[in-house]
Amino acid sequence: MTATASPKPDVIVIGGGLHGCSAALHLSMRGVRVLVLEKDHVARHASGVNAGGVRQLGRHVAEVPLSVASMALWHGIRDLVDDDCGFESHGQIKVAESEAELATSHARVAELNALGFTHEEVVGRDELRSLVPAIADHCVGALVSRGDGAAIPFRTTFAFRRKAIALGARFQEGGTVTRLSRKNGLWTVETADGARFEAPVVVNAAGAWADRIAAQVGEPVPLEVIAPMLMITARVAPFIKPVVGATGRTLSFKQFPNGTVLIGGGLLGRAVRDENRTELDFSQVSVNARTVWDLFPCMRGATIVRAWAGIEARMPDQIPVIGPSGTEPDLYHSFGFSAHGFQLGPIVGRITADLITGGSTDLPIAPFRVGRFAA
Amino acid sequence: MSAPKFDFDIAVVGSGPAGLAAAALAASKGASVVLLDEQAEPGGQIYRAVTETPVRDRKVLGPDYWHGAELLGPLRDSGAVHWPGTIVWSVARPREDVADGHRPIQIGLSRNGAASMLTVRHVILATGALERPFPIPGWTLPGVLGAGAAQVLLKTSGLVPSGATVMAGSGPLLWLLAWQYLQAGVRIDAILDTTPKENWRAALPLLPGFLRSPYLGKGMKLMLEVRRKLTVIGNVTALRAEGAIGGDSALKSVVYTRNGAEHRLPADTLLLHHGVVPNLNLANATGCAQRWDEQQRCWRPTTDEWGATSVEGVSLAGDGAGIGGARAAAEAGRLAALDALHRLGRIGREQRDQLAVPHRAALDRALTGRAFLDTLYTPAEAFRAPADDTIVCRCEEITAGAVREAVRLGCSGPNQAKSFLRCGMGPCQGRLCGPTVTEVIAAERGVSPADVGYYRLRPPVKPITLAELAALPKTDADIDAVFKH
Repeated sequence: MTATASPKPDVIVIGGGLHGCSAALHLSMRGVRVLVLEKDHVARHASGVNAGGVRQLGRHVAEVPLSVASMALWHGIRDLVDDDCGFESHGQIKVAESEAELATSHARVAELNALGFTHEEVVGRDELRSLVPAIADHCVGALVSRGDGAAIPFRTTFAFRRKAIALGARFQEGGTVTRLSRKNGLWTVETADGARFEAPVVVNAAGAWADRIAAQVGEPVPLEVIAPMLMITARVAPFIKPVVGATGRTLSFKQFPNGTVLIGGGLLGRAVRDENRTELDFSQVSVNARTVWDLFPCMRGATIVRAWAGIEARMPDQIPVIGPSGTEPDLYHSFGFSAHGFQLGPIVGRITADLITGGSTDLPIAPFRVGRFAA
Repeated sequence: MSAPKFDFDIAVVGSGPAGLAAAALAASKGASVVLLDEQAEPGGQIYRAVTETPVRDRKVLGPDYWHGAELLGPLRDSGAVHWPGTIVWSVARPREDVADGHRPIQIGLSRNGAASMLTVRHVILATGALERPFPIPGWTLPGVLGAGAAQVLLKTSGLVPSGATVMAGSGPLLWLLAWQYLQAGVRIDAILDTTPKENWRAALPLLPGFLRSPYLGKGMKLMLEVRRKLTVIGNVTALRAEGAIGGDSALKSVVYTRNGAEHRLPADTLLLHHGVVPNLNLANATGCAQRWDEQQRCWRPTTDEWGATSVEGVSLAGDGAGIGGARAAAEAGRLAALDALHRLGRIGREQRDQLAVPHRAALDRALTGRAFLDTLYTPAEAFRAPADDTIVCRCEEITAGAVREAVRLGCSGPNQAKSFLRCGMGPCQGRLCGPTVTEVIAAERGVSPADVGYYRLRPPVKPITLAELAALPKTDADIDAVFKH
């Protein structure tokens, strides 16, 4: 099998998750010919099964400028991909269960304000109750980002794919990249099904498998494969609009328009990435359930109908790798989003396109350089 | 990791014929065995309520039903622990990073309203069969139910339909239930037989095998009696259930197509049946590999001749591994038990093989003629992949048309259908739509169901409450891990 008769791509994107699809879309919008290689099918892993949080709230300060820029794209997501992606903006809230936790929230707002960002604010007991009437009595306040929200992950990733295809991108699904090599300014990418593809530029958006791509070019990265767990309830009457997290515990809690409630936050099961599967750790799922029991007394009788985990990449400093390779020209990384990459998808694709088509970007990406892990 | 503490050597899930026979044999050879089952009484669906049924006239349910009672004595004598009223919602495969021979399998269960985890060395899943979904327009109306479900009501509570009653479909259970109703003095107004004419052509070459089947004589006798006493309308090619005009109230009539013409029958109850398929949800969620069975037109977990699955320490016995009926299930249960005993080091390979000889012979006898029945009773394509306006996923109210539209947008299989449509994501976890969604997508794509795959199902395989989950025993380390995050 050889590459199809279609014109040779300018850029090969490895990985059909949201970041790969977003890079493909932004490149296609600029007339660049893109080929996306996906080992399974688009949105098969983290991009299709995550909690769908579209969150600026509580992000690492290095990510804040990107997150704020991405939020602007989210609020016009239909213009970008011709689909609303199920995006709804009812804010995200991080509940404080004690005065000490509330003090942490105040310090956070002060830190952001000093950097010139104003999207987070602290609310007290009463405002919290008007935003989340069902919250438990002991909660004293919260950190709030009102422009945040949530979207439907698979639908979003698929919308990016569809729009990219409409603009000329091609997708090749079902073949794992096994070899990546560069000769005379041209990359050759080989897949397990025997196909070979060539392009001058490659983007590594391979998610939990991105370290293997980086290793092909002598650029080892300390990527950890993790399996954040989620569970969902049967439908209950609508009672909450914002997405709720907690200051002192791991939680992400939101109700879909259809009444089902999604409970997650990043407690980990076990990933077996070579077999594309995950295993749940029910003692951890139980801890998550206990948090909901404490914070939402009305949920105690709710029925859990399903729990699952996705396969994601986590970096030691919990922030992604974005930008050019440190060892090879014309290779760009976009991976390691450490279980909070969904909201950044729209902007990081644009950044990658900026780097490829213009050599630079207007957003501060220095903290995400791959070289930071070198000894 | 310290050596795990085992609660039992073997857990058997399900107390139908396979589970009863497996638990009894394994415990009789000295293994510590727990038999976990949702129902209050043993018997599974085929022998449902065999100890307690209010239907005391033995001729109503027939001798094959009462055969189930013979499996209970050996269980009682074996020393196996029976936990009725227990819902198994998760079976976690053993971790590969634990030393061989000590790999614990963790079972999540709910009992007396409390969830807990049970640690065992080996699991035998005997989860039985489910009725194949029979999606027709109006099948969600009150008054329309599966013939299997109606039979459970008869066995457990002596309940029979009243008012105008129509049965529709094909397969042995349909005829058996009609016969049982006759014995109980209940008349069915009509049986609409959907067996496709052309199935006879495919099945005839398999008839010699069926002539040696133990089911032949009994089956023919009751079928002839039903045909003699009831109105049986053959060659039915389309069906629809209707409520009152303009309303979605209860069932009022059944409309069927025969030789191209539509006919209407008044009906208060419509009992649908298109055979049974393996209840593979627990095996699937455990990660057992499965394959498409073209002859039975269903997915079935992949097993070896002992019922061992692709997951170490997890085996399957009975209809949950492929439809073979009650007699075959009991023998398969015994074979799985022997293999489990061998794997646990309680009997040697030779002893296992020797003890298996009579059970394997009995299994072969019980399966004789199966291919004929499977082929004859394969539902017509129009029922397996219904017209666009028919609801296929009842939980989320997704029509066959919506599934086809998703395929045109790039949805390549049932797993993607979940993401596109939420199809199969309701509380039933695909039990009522999985086979249909598989067939619809395969037909629309023009490929075999084997190529579109099946839902990856997730625990809890049966719903549990948040309160139960929150109260699961936790260690301090679990809680520390959260607060540090």
